[in-house]
Amino acid sequence: MTDALKTEPNILRPDEVYARLVGLHEGLSDEESHRASAALVLLLANHIGDEAVIFAAIAAARRQLRPGT
Amino acid sequence: MANAPSIPVWKKLDAGPVPTTTRRHPVVVVGAGPVGLTVALDLARYGHPVVVLGKFDFIAAGSKAICFSKRTLDIWGRLGVARPMIDKGVIWNVGKVFWGDATEPVYQFDMLPVKNQQHPGFINLQQYYAEDLLLAALKECPGADIRFGHDVTGLRQQSGQVELDVASGGSAYTLAAEYVIACDGNKSRIRDLMRLDFDGRVFEENFLIADIKIEESRPLERWFWFDPPFNRGQSALLHKQPDNVWRLDFQLGWNVDRQACTDPAFVDPLVRGMLGPDIRYAPEWYSVYTFQCRRMKRFVHDRVIFAGDSAHLVSPFGARGCNGGVADADNLVWKLDLILRGEAPATLLETYNDEAITTADENILNSSRSTDFLTPKTPASRALRDAVLSLARHHPFARPFVNSGRLSTPVSYPQSPLVTADVPGETWAGVAPGSPALDAPLGSGWLLDRLGGRFVLLTNGYRGEWPPGVDLVDLADEGTGAALAIERFDLTPGAACLLRPDQYVAARWRRPTRGAIEAALSRARGLV
Repeated sequence: MTDALKTEPNILRPDEVYARLVGLHEGLSDEESHRASAALVLLLANHIGDEAVIFAAIAAARRQLRPGT
Repeated sequence: MANAPSIPVWKKLDAGPVPTTTRRHPVVVVGAGPVGLTVALDLARYGHPVVVLGKFDFIAAGSKAICFSKRTLDIWGRLGVARPMIDKGVIWNVGKVFWGDATEPVYQFDMLPVKNQQHPGFINLQQYYAEDLLLAALKECPGADIRFGHDVTGLRQQSGQVELDVASGGSAYTLAAEYVIACDGNKSRIRDLMRLDFDGRVFEENFLIADIKIEESRPLERWFWFDPPFNRGQSALLHKQPDNVWRLDFQLGWNVDRQACTDPAFVDPLVRGMLGPDIRYAPEWYSVYTFQCRRMKRFVHDRVIFAGDSAHLVSPFGARGCNGGVADADNLVWKLDLILRGEAPATLLETYNDEAITTADENILNSSRSTDFLTPKTPASRALRDAVLSLARHHPFARPFVNSGRLSTPVSYPQSPLVTADVPGETWAGVAPGSPALDAPLGSGWLLDRLGGRFVLLTNGYRGEWPPGVDLVDLADEGTGAALAIERFDLTPGAACLLRPDQYVAARWRRPTRGAIEAALSRARGLV
């Protein structure tokens, strides 16, 4: 299932991207932060478009918190 | 008559007399709502005598179903009652979605009717008009024995028949039937008498349904609000009905005082919040509607068959309640017709159980997902919902995620045992086996009108033989007037598809043979 999802490094400047991800939440309340994260996920999911990749990413995100569910 | 002081009367009916003779009836339909009347009308038009037992001796007013889908109109078209429904109904196309305090919609969509079909995508019509028109058509049928004010009080299944105890006007009698169709609604007496219940997910929501009359004209649009200022944290819906009546739905949440919520003093600020402080209106009917998304485990219990709300319940968003029930009627009656004629085994009813449950599950799934979007259960799901709504304003990609109810569409059964799979190696576009026929212009009329309620071999110039029990409709005879029909079924010259009496495609072939058609017909009749 995870075959569809790239899990090898794929980003040229990881520090830059990470800083931007943190920067998204700057000055936001917890509730706004939640919504910003959700909006980012929706934007990226639409850009990817491929259900198999999206479902594999959802499974991988859940697995690191609750293995086997 | 049945005593029902809390139910408003739209039209008084003559209570049916208590019968003086006892005989066994092929079919008794319990319930005289849109589903029961559709079952009875369909059976009567196939020539079967049918008894209809209605608990009350009136057609009820009040707020019930208002949105009827193209598929329901196609079914009622087959039964000859779609035209007056459409003439009376309101056809609507535009939907707008609002969010929070903004007075501009987050987005709007066009529900334009599917082009080149006889019936529109949707009409809005008060349920009592639909019942009145169905009843008028049923009364024209010689085999229909309609008994209003006859209430079922007991039920026994034994030795190949069902016995019903019926109370009417202070007397009581017993009725025997080969089959009983329970179309007696959400609080089904038949279900209770058989000690059956709904299964599955329980989810409860309360909505205030306010039908009001407004004299001033407003756009014929479906307006939906998420979290509006006049109903904070909840949702609301505005829809037009005939006679200047508007349907206002206000989500209320759980644990509400139902009685207090229909007090005009409670309703008035909501109406003015939605339509403006100066709106002039007259109340028609206020009620609190509590819904669940659930169904019975099985719809067929030997000779008692459940259809409509007695078998399954959904939320009102999506118009999947009544339309789902009419789909049950459509699926059931041709099967019952064949069984009563001895042309199909009684086990064919098991495919009603399968196919109607497929429909119910799809309706419940869609309805549950709409409910989850309307009422997010966790902070994370609320964040996702709100992110969708705020993105939708500027980004078209987010709009398909907005779920204010997914409107009812017919359900396909590609896996049904009645369906014959395509010949391996053949490639097809067009309506697939297990899906309902799509209407198209045909000559000066319409394809669905030509199909009727029988097995039809729809072809584009097939010249071979076909088995008895199937009527041929050859689009090649229609010249250029059949171009769109040929395209919608992807019928290359010589190709054909077999349609069931409910106008679902059962099988199709690029190069049909009598043997292949015969085998598919047997399969569609449940003989294989």
